[in-house]
Amino acid sequence: MTSRKNTLQAWLFLGPALLLLMAFSFWPVGFGSYLAFTQYNLIDAPVWVGLDNFRELFADELFISALKNSALYLLVVPAIQVLALLLAVLVNNQLPGIKFYRAAYYLPVVTTVSVIGVIWNFMYTDDGALNAVLRWLHVINEPIGWLSDDRIALFSVMFVTIWRGLGWYMVLYLAGLQSVPQDVYEAAVLDGANAWQRFWKITVPLLMPTILLCSVMSMLAAVKCFEEVQIMTKGGPMQSTYTALFYAYEFGIKSLNFGRALAASLVMSVFCVALAWLNFRYLQPRKK
Amino acid sequence: MEKTLPMPRAATAKKINMNKLANRTLHYLVLTLLAVITVYPFWWTLVTALSTSGDVFTYPPRMWPENPGLDNFVEVFQTIDVIAFYKNSIIISVLTVAGTLVVCSMAAYPLARMQFPGRNIVFGAILATMILPSEVNFLVNFITVSKLGMGDTYTGVVLPGLAGAVGIFLMKQAFEAVPNDLVDAARVDGATEWQIFWHIMLPLARPALAALTILTLVAAWNQYIWPSIVMASPDKFPLSVGVLYLSGAFSFKIRVVAAGAVLTVLPILMVFLFTQRYFLRGFDGAVK
Repeated sequence: MTSRKNTLQAWLFLGPALLLLMAFSFWPVGFGSYLAFTQYNLIDAPVWVGLDNFRELFADELFISALKNSALYLLVVPAIQVLALLLAVLVNNQLPGIKFYRAAYYLPVVTTVSVIGVIWNFMYTDDGALNAVLRWLHVINEPIGWLSDDRIALFSVMFVTIWRGLGWYMVLYLAGLQSVPQDVYEAAVLDGANAWQRFWKITVPLLMPTILLCSVMSMLAAVKCFEEVQIMTKGGPMQSTYTALFYAYEFGIKSLNFGRALAASLVMSVFCVALAWLNFRYLQPRKK
Repeated sequence: MEKTLPMPRAATAKKINMNKLANRTLHYLVLTLLAVITVYPFWWTLVTALSTSGDVFTYPPRMWPENPGLDNFVEVFQTIDVIAFYKNSIIISVLTVAGTLVVCSMAAYPLARMQFPGRNIVFGAILATMILPSEVNFLVNFITVSKLGMGDTYTGVVLPGLAGAVGIFLMKQAFEAVPNDLVDAARVDGATEWQIFWHIMLPLARPALAALTILTLVAAWNQYIWPSIVMASPDKFPLSVGVLYLSGAFSFKIRVVAAGAVLTVLPILMVFLFTQRYFLRGFDGAVK
């Protein structure tokens, strides 16, 4: 086999993918980091401004509160992971109709986020289904302004994130559960362990790698969340639902202030890398 | 396990059966409650889209359509150019699927079956794209696409997403599973690498190609933020973006908006219902 010809062929096969990855995955990181230190509006050439963008960013109360909201968004992680694991355990069997349930939980995952926004705007209006059900159950007397009250709008948006992510993580956990050998459970049953003990002493330890992976994935997704905001609230009411990436989106795509937008997203990226590092540093199951 | 547990032997067979029945009932109760939470918002939207009279918001919330009919759907077609939106969604989805299959399987072949210098570096680089905070790429990619004159074009929407690490890994695994003997025999017979790729690898990797097709199709149909950024003229919007045009301009016509939402998700939910196993299997190797 002539190895030079072989090498050339290998690179020809890889060519299209590598070109695309260069242009649309690596270039954004490099060029984006550079633009964070410039003033750039898509038309004129970028002008180097040093740390100005970052100074303006941290002087902007809106960005600070957006950053806080993104950090607050991490609250969805435990909720989504616990519920998804519970769901996976509940559907990890051959009970009649179980396939129907699995599909039902996955439905939001295959629905476009724009329609999810439309549907939840219906659910959340003053006389919408959510308030109606709560009134019917006598939990509340007055309708709650789920998306119009600036104290709770962010939490309403977070709930939608949980709702649409559950099925995705359920499937990942389901795959993990199915790789746990069944005879371990049978032995535990013979030893008299109840379902609760089997869950904590067998399922959770054996699923630790999956739990770690899913937690990191959902943490990064949570701090970078902005699609739901863009569709449901546009940052309002009173800018209470701005997240850091929504801020970047508004400044970049809407106002063409790319310097400021990319400075914001650079801050986010550093935050994300730190978060991922912390996770792998402290949550990694200890190897003996 | 250190605790001594009550032995099941002590219980009578009848009691065990009662316990089992109670457990099973509780199991289904929890499953159903969670399914109601995930499915009801969809159901409400469908019911509202099919109702032709009465109040939109009722107390308690509506369970069945009132005077069921298709008037609202007709009105959607009269209000916005749904046919054009469908056409755009189909064009974007078909181009994305075809491009992804070509680019990813071509890149996967040398990684799976060829030895050449730089192989590990390339593999590492592709892996690295999974760690990069790709959600912030849209800002620079918007600049790139505009500068390349691909703003407001299908190419601009489709191109950046074609080379995905997940797709490349999926195909790489499939190619690695092809028996060595087949490839060696072909090489002895003087087949070129391209012929091996085209006549041996691709036909044998059909299940992986099918999986990649379905997953890419659903993702392409559902993507919202990126096409909404690239496309400037409304007649080029895919459905996922167009449906928001409806909910923005005609938000007072709740039933019509609901019908638009149904029209948007219906095709992809059909695809999902017939191809569930590709999603609910947990992408076996792709994640691990």
